[in-house]
Amino acid sequence: MTIFIYDHTFDGLLTCLFEVYNRKTFPDLLLKDGEPLPLFIDEVINIETFEEKHFRVWKGLRKRLSASALSNLTYGWLSELPGIDLLLLRYMKKVFDSPISIETNFADADVLELSKVWKKVNNERHRLLQFVRFQKASDGTFFAPVEPLYNVLPLTIRHFRDRFADQPWLIYDIKRKYGFYYNLKSVEEVTFEDETQAHLITGILQEDLIAKDEKLFQELWKTYFKAICIKERLNPRKHKQDMPIRYWKLLTEKQE
Amino acid sequence: MNENVLAKLKILAESAKYDVSCSSSGTVRRNQAGTLGNTVGGIGICHSFAEDGRCISLLKVMLTNVCIYDCAYCINRRSNDIPRATLSVSELVDLTIEFYRRNYIEGLFLSSGVVRNPDYTMERLVRVAKDLRTIHKFNGYIHLKSIPGASRELVNEAGLYADRMSVNIEIPKEENLKLLAPEKDHQSVYQPMRYIQQGVLTNKEDRKKFRNAPRFVPAGQSTQMIVGATSESDKDILFLSNALYQHPTMRRVYYSGYVAVNTYDKRLPALKQPPLVRENRLYQADWLLRFYQFKVDEIVDDAFPNLDLEVDPKLSWALRHPEHFPVDINRADYEMILRVPGIGVKSARLIVVSRRFSKLGFYELKKIGVVMKKAQYFITCSELPVRTVNELTPMGVRKLLLPTPKKRKSDDRQLVLNFEENTP
Repeated sequence: MTIFIYDHTFDGLLTCLFEVYNRKTFPDLLLKDGEPLPLFIDEVINIETFEEKHFRVWKGLRKRLSASALSNLTYGWLSELPGIDLLLLRYMKKVFDSPISIETNFADADVLELSKVWKKVNNERHRLLQFVRFQKASDGTFFAPVEPLYNVLPLTIRHFRDRFADQPWLIYDIKRKYGFYYNLKSVEEVTFEDETQAHLITGILQEDLIAKDEKLFQELWKTYFKAICIKERLNPRKHKQDMPIRYWKLLTEKQE
Repeated sequence: MNENVLAKLKILAESAKYDVSCSSSGTVRRNQAGTLGNTVGGIGICHSFAEDGRCISLLKVMLTNVCIYDCAYCINRRSNDIPRATLSVSELVDLTIEFYRRNYIEGLFLSSGVVRNPDYTMERLVRVAKDLRTIHKFNGYIHLKSIPGASRELVNEAGLYADRMSVNIEIPKEENLKLLAPEKDHQSVYQPMRYIQQGVLTNKEDRKKFRNAPRFVPAGQSTQMIVGATSESDKDILFLSNALYQHPTMRRVYYSGYVAVNTYDKRLPALKQPPLVRENRLYQADWLLRFYQFKVDEIVDDAFPNLDLEVDPKLSWALRHPEHFPVDINRADYEMILRVPGIGVKSARLIVVSRRFSKLGFYELKKIGVVMKKAQYFITCSELPVRTVNELTPMGVRKLLLPTPKKRKSDDRQLVLNFEENTP
């Protein structure tokens, strides 16, 4: 069994592909630094991320793939699914090996699998656009906690930047402990030194941080949500299908 | 903004909830630097889902639920003893903006009861849209109801600020409308529709000459019909929908199963449950008209004035016309493949693209996403022939495809005594 050990970044994965051709070998397993090795090993290769190597691979990919297929790679990487790195490595190798474009060859198992992963991630991205709920803090910043299944927050920033252009906002991923802050000019990725602040864990702003009229608007929204439902047509199954229960925790209208 | 608004919002949302339309699609409006909001177009974004399973995309609310009319099917009719409320223009504008900032909604769907006269009411609706667009520079979605009987000038002004406008037909046949709403007629509904259409078409010409001419109702218009409140057959409803879809600006016709809100009125049927299955079948037929290239007289005609409630309209058509089947998946036209029950627009397109590379069999069709449970009786492909609708007869296929009623398990060790009363 051949094992590549790399730093678990996308650049690192591209360097792995470089080494695949450089060493004329293909790994059976990709491991992160410090992960325990399996029992039976033939060869363990440590891959160090090198800028010129992964730049060269990316340049080659850009020559061979369309923009949408390149973004598929990004979506796949952000899914953070177990084994996705090996799938991407196989996919990219096929791209380089095949004389014609493999993008639409859905008979190939890896291409089909990646397209399915893309669909899952894209759905989660759309759910984020739907279910982000801002709370206004006392300093005027709009704070929204999210907890997406896949790491899709970076994919939504362009949308929120365009839509909420005249208000400072912070969208924070409470599972992955990072967020994006918009200061009316640009969007920056932020992390907090003290990750144990209550609102970074529960996602709900405390009384002392909340804006004066925020409670009223939350109340208005909850009232509206209840009033708009036609009792004669109750359909809890459809309700849960369109708005899965795992999102309820952070939805204003579903709070007691 | 205060607690007062809370009570008003509750009353006015409850009055507005019987309007079906909640789409925020049909147009793209970019954010202008430093202002609030955009409209994404495409499939639109639903921000929440109410417990009845309907999406909440827009803040659907009435400006006031006071109304001078007394339409039998409407919750807000003059003679109903319900709490009445009126939102001021500034309250409604604030509410929309603040909800939008918190990502609760895509925009506003504003309608109103008629106070004093149609023009007075329409003027206030236009004020809200105008304030949102010009003072607050709001780029979100605005859907305005056009009040039946409003003047052309006001409709033309509303069109400059709204993305979509709608006038509800409510009752497809005029004599039934006269019966339930003696103060209304179809003329007052079709007139604003015509104004909107003429405005859009004029604007289209203008924008060919001047690129920056302001857009007029870019997402077109929609309308709504109540199903099950009056004696119309599905044929009447669908023929009217079809006629409406011939107009260039009509994007959607919504069907709303009648919810018995005014049970005391003897002109209306006493329904325990809204006719949800019939409503669903009508939507399916609507889709056939818009996306499957069906003609309306193929779906319903004098011999079949009502849709089959047990099977969907496409399957129903296929069972009535077995002479068109089986369809050869590897050779038939796109139009014919689209007519096979179990194959939708997406699958039909994929089939037409993929059969260029290799012949398709059952396995490939299944992977593409065809519902083989239905489609197998209506197709032939590269595989050995199976029993199609022609061998099994339409009645046989119908029996196979109907959902089997669940049998309740009875324990035969338990003696069952029937205590049900036989007296009526």
